[in-house]
Amino acid sequence: MLPDSLRENAAALAVEGFDSAAVTGGKFDRGELTLEIAPERIVAVCEFLKYEQKFIRLSSVTAVDRYPAEPRFEAVYHLHSVERNQRLRVKCRLQGQDPEIDSLTAVWRSANWYEREVFDLFGIRFRNHPNLKRIMMPEDWEGYPLRKDYPVTGPRV
Amino acid sequence: MSESGVPGQFAAVVEEPRTETGIRRMVLNMGPQHPSTHGVLRLKIELDGEIIVHCEPDIGYLHTGIEKEFEQKHYQQAVTLTDRVDYLAPLSNNLGYCLAVEKLLGLEIPPQAQWMRVMLTEFTRLNSHLVWLATHAIDIGAMSVFLYCFREREEILRIFEMFSGQRMMTSYFRIGGLALEPPRGWYQRVKKFIDVFPSRVDEYENLLTNNPIWIGRTKGVGFISLEDMLDLGITGPMLRAAGLPLDARKYAPYTSYDKFDFEVVTRTENDVYARYQCRIEEMRQSARIIKQAMEGMPSGPWHADSPHVVLPDREKMKTQMEALIYHFKIVTEGFRVPEGEVYQVIESPRGELGYYVVSDGTTKPYRVHMRTPSFGNLQATPKLVEGILIADVIASIGSMDFVLGDTDR
Repeated sequence: MLPDSLRENAAALAVEGFDSAAVTGGKFDRGELTLEIAPERIVAVCEFLKYEQKFIRLSSVTAVDRYPAEPRFEAVYHLHSVERNQRLRVKCRLQGQDPEIDSLTAVWRSANWYEREVFDLFGIRFRNHPNLKRIMMPEDWEGYPLRKDYPVTGPRV
Repeated sequence: MSESGVPGQFAAVVEEPRTETGIRRMVLNMGPQHPSTHGVLRLKIELDGEIIVHCEPDIGYLHTGIEKEFEQKHYQQAVTLTDRVDYLAPLSNNLGYCLAVEKLLGLEIPPQAQWMRVMLTEFTRLNSHLVWLATHAIDIGAMSVFLYCFREREEILRIFEMFSGQRMMTSYFRIGGLALEPPRGWYQRVKKFIDVFPSRVDEYENLLTNNPIWIGRTKGVGFISLEDMLDLGITGPMLRAAGLPLDARKYAPYTSYDKFDFEVVTRTENDVYARYQCRIEEMRQSARIIKQAMEGMPSGPWHADSPHVVLPDREKMKTQMEALIYHFKIVTEGFRVPEGEVYQVIESPRGELGYYVVSDGTTKPYRVHMRTPSFGNLQATPKLVEGILIADVIASIGSMDFVLGDTDR
């Protein structure tokens, strides 16, 4: 459901018009629009945003770990429309210790490395990603450093 | 390539028998310590004769966990980390981070501090472009350009040292304004530099622009279509050399860039030579901005009127109780930032630099993500070099102007 505060917002309304069940929330804060999308609809919504709403650039993909809250992870996508000079933040909340979400590499090729980075540092698996392996850390590294329960100091076990 | 060969199966290539003609594919490991990779980038390249069939960049050698480090520091302390991300453009990173936190705090920065910030980030752009030109030219074989560029870069570093005490990791921007006001004699030094700088750019152009070897090595090399660029996440001068005038200073002005008169430089040839021309012209534009900033510098305070964020003056601390309390609070526990999240984009010398800062209402950032231009640009390397000659690889990847600290963070 789109919150009432976003009823005036053209981009938010367009997404709701496309798939009203996909939008689970959103806000307009400090001049930035955030839409929360159900994780299983992410690819369809992003295809709509790219091809119908002209968000031709995927600026970044990242994640936030809300440990110990549940749903624990947020996958955060920043989209950019060059033509409309507009930015949009798309967010998916993911349940559990080993979350999975569909990859966006089929929509934007730039998602390839961005998602690998999120996988490497947060342990979020991207389904249908062509080359999902560690990018920053060594390949035999254990654990996911940017998770909140990853220790900052102490000996390596 | 032999018929059985699948590009990218490096182990199989090494084992592959020679064909009847005696030719076989070769795997070449370029880097991580190759002098032309400007840091520690490793490219696994598969060659068929002299043509590149497949390329796989391997990064992460400079990964230092800066994003994790952010979460352990107070908002103000974390400014020093941003310098170390892109070590050739420290002030651009300072600016991106400070703007993001200031947006969370809702701080109003006084005009003089804003103009000073513009001036210094443009100096950073000059610094970065000069290093790029110097090393790019040396990669391609023009040794003397290096010496010319580093002459001016040295002067810029002295200018940096004069106001911040540091040549490279200046950390001069503070949340809420600037650390100090520049010392006496600084403006004269800047003026002296900026008056001669355009003629110095002419000197570089004299060395390169009509140089037949330079033209031969760069014209028509390193083409990548605009659609591919946008899809693969390339930003900055590379995009502008393909004809798209995408510059955050114009389309989403921050720090009063809208009050300055400058042009977004574009070219349409979309090759290494066009990227060179773009950056040269950008240096002239930056010099223009610095000149405007210096001539029209408004007067006023150096930082926002926000005692709970900005450290008080030394003098006030000795005479006012409140100032002393604020100082103690800011230094020992930092300042609280209201809950929320922002994504602040600025135009760094390399392209779109985005700071995504999430606050949970405490004195330390909950999460900081840096969308760095080098990471986005480097992703396009395979697209850029596959199908071209091995001899053009250095020119092509050099034209991307990446910094590995910026890539790996």
